[in-house]
Amino acid sequence: MHEMPITESILNIVLKHAVMNKASKVMAVHLQIGRLSDLEDEWLQRYFDYLSKGTIAEGAKLEIERMPIVVRCDACSTSYEAQVDKIGNLVCPSCGAENGTLVSGREYYIKSMEVQ
Amino acid sequence: MAGVKLIEVKEEIMADNAKQAETIRVELHGEKTMLLNLMSSPGSGKTSLILRTMEGLKGSFNLGVIEADIDSTVDAEKVVAAGAPAVQLKTGGFCHLDATMVRQGLDALTEKNFDLIIIENVGNLVCPAEFDTGAHKNVMILSVPEGDDKPLKYPLMFSVCDLLLINKTDYLALSDFDINALRKRVLVLNPKIVILEISCKTGAGIDAWIDWLKKEIEDFKK
Repeated sequence: MHEMPITESILNIVLKHAVMNKASKVMAVHLQIGRLSDLEDEWLQRYFDYLSKGTIAEGAKLEIERMPIVVRCDACSTSYEAQVDKIGNLVCPSCGAENGTLVSGREYYIKSMEVQ
Repeated sequence: MAGVKLIEVKEEIMADNAKQAETIRVELHGEKTMLLNLMSSPGSGKTSLILRTMEGLKGSFNLGVIEADIDSTVDAEKVVAAGAPAVQLKTGGFCHLDATMVRQGLDALTEKNFDLIIIENVGNLVCPAEFDTGAHKNVMILSVPEGDDKPLKYPLMFSVCDLLLINKTDYLALSDFDINALRKRVLVLNPKIVILEISCKTGAGIDAWIDWLKKEIEDFKK
């Protein structure tokens, strides 16, 4: 289950920044996750709760913002938003070309965190 | 709340994987070795396809194989017994391969000068679709006993692949699997995907797969 390695990476980065900032407790973590990820918010929180037991991040709330899937047209360089069920069927709204490069939508970005 | 402060973190978790994957792709391109990521459910015929592919490429292209499973080395043993260099990665519970694990596999393949390296990913239609392995081509197998509704349940996998092989077509007569319905469902997700029907057991359709693969390798080397 890849919830585990991803949540572990999140926790490691959170703890690293907590130490760097001499925090005694992590209250919340603000994440941006691309819509191409199929990880459920609820499960991420459960894994985080499990892995963070006994650390200063125990009990921290994950605040998850879902980020749109953005594609740049290979032909005319227009950037446009795509829906998850249309990702294999891209059509540029500007020129109609079907080939595009994914700009964002897969990310797991830790934006900030609230600490004491 | 008193005493709470906001810390800017700004770190991307998957950034390392994306970078590592791109490094692998560029490096192998320089060596003219095409890397193919083979994905499917458990038991759909990945290892059988690799054995058929070894026969089909014999005398034309050098093939290496990276096997990945949560445990056991049975797949790599089969491939080595059939005569191709293979390494087995044990993912230790991980449901997919990432670029770092692929790098370990590439380093463990001691022979060089491969025209094609096939990664046999962990049997799973969910997680492998999310992780860039550094492969130049992504291929998936769906076998007839799994049912024609799988594109509805696992859309991302069908969206990221260049080729879909429908395996175990020798079971079609015994099943209510609707190939036309499947094709429609897949093409809505991914109109550019190539769909071939094969049976690793009888050998039906294997020639078309080998032809596709040879052409891809030749184009890659240009």
